[in-house]
Amino acid sequence: MARSRAERVLPLAKVVLFAACLAPCGLLVWDAVSGSLGPNPVEALLHGTGDWALRLLLVTLAMTPLRRLTGQVWPIRLRRMLGLFAFFYVALHLTVYLWLDRELAWSTIVDDVIKRPYISVGFVAFLMLIPLALTSTRGWMRRLGRRWTQLHRAVYVIAVLGVVHYLWLVKADLREPLIYASVLTILLAFRVPWDRLGAMLRGVRVGRSGP
Amino acid sequence: TAIPNVRPSPFSTDEQRTSLDDVTHYNNFYEFGTEKSDPAANAGTLKTRPWTLVVDGACEAPGEIGIEDLLSGFTQEERVYRLRCVEAWAMVVPWVGFPLGDLLRRFKPTSKARYVAFETLLDPEQMPGQRRSVLDWPYREGLRMDEAMHPLTILATGLYGELLPNQNGAPLRLVVPWKYGFKSIKSIVRIRFTEREPQATWNMMQPDEYGFYANVNPAVDHPRWSQKKHRVIGEGLFARKHETLPFNGYGDQVASLYSGMDLRRYF
Repeated sequence: MARSRAERVLPLAKVVLFAACLAPCGLLVWDAVSGSLGPNPVEALLHGTGDWALRLLLVTLAMTPLRRLTGQVWPIRLRRMLGLFAFFYVALHLTVYLWLDRELAWSTIVDDVIKRPYISVGFVAFLMLIPLALTSTRGWMRRLGRRWTQLHRAVYVIAVLGVVHYLWLVKADLREPLIYASVLTILLAFRVPWDRLGAMLRGVRVGRSGP
Repeated sequence: TAIPNVRPSPFSTDEQRTSLDDVTHYNNFYEFGTEKSDPAANAGTLKTRPWTLVVDGACEAPGEIGIEDLLSGFTQEERVYRLRCVEAWAMVVPWVGFPLGDLLRRFKPTSKARYVAFETLLDPEQMPGQRRSVLDWPYREGLRMDEAMHPLTILATGLYGELLPNQNGAPLRLVVPWKYGFKSIKSIVRIRFTEREPQATWNMMQPDEYGFYANVNPAVDHPRWSQKKHRVIGEGLFARKHETLPFNGYGDQVASLYSGMDLRRYF
């Protein structure tokens, strides 16, 4: 079977994507080293890593709709890398919080996680991402079979928690978190089996169909 | 523009001053945007001359006073104060200004004047942030009369020896160094003596998060973060945070204003 053009381009696309995903981290490190993170560098790192975690999570969630819209398979082939980079930025975000922001003062961290809902929600989202990152390999996909798909649907909940985490921490100006919320809503709406739902509402029984 | 004849003050701290660059580029002034960098970028549209302050309410001599008269009619002092934001960061700012009490006395408040209410300019043309209803404009704040008359409470006209930059609340702002920064209302156009506790913008919006008194108090957490420590702006990425002191370290001068009050309830 001849390899399609997409198949041949894929390795290159992966290299480019890898570099692109690493770039925000590189820029933050560069700014930190050169002292150009602004008057409050810890806050800049905290917000920078958080923003990119959320953005990459949404980009990851855009891959399935993209496959359906384009009819191409490459979005799915890039999905794992995007998801793992989302986890990478979440881990960086948490590290900056624990180390630079909270100064590893564990009692205040426990206090935060228990008493402050926006932190609880962010922390739960991080915990939920761990099993997804661990089972992202081909071997685990094979071993878990259909349960792998079920497990990885947790990413929908994680993304919602991530957006709520952002919404709850903002003082007054909800514009930016609401942009993330809107994008997420659109991406999740793609997952709803509207045709089946419509058929159900019309009282028509249909069998399982489609991919 | 340099302010002439600025006198030093015994109320100044000798702590390391935050750089002019940080003081003027890390601001909460939602009238020009909600990012810390927005005011420096957007406040150029504010016209600070002419500028008239209206003083009225429960007083015998209500009236107006222009900014030039405020600058020439009151002895300008340098007051180097700690500034503690409710968001758990802090600065040390060399303000120029004069005691609020000196101004208030000229308008002869009556015995009914128990509070002082302040209002920021309302003009979405000059203050683009007001085109969106992020806050209930105009920004309002208030002090109890004894707080307003306290010698530490000043109206600032400048910083680092020069007229206030727009992003710091030009041409006239309040500075109450023992309270969280949001009490120190910027670009004031009106002061009113009132009998009842006046409205305060953040307090109206989130009364469980922002109290009317808003005295710096490490024992009362903001619901979404601890107030026990704060970060001092300009100390760098790996600097340790500082312990927050009651009344921002001005307890010796102001704690007596609140004797007998439950500061957990009246936070």
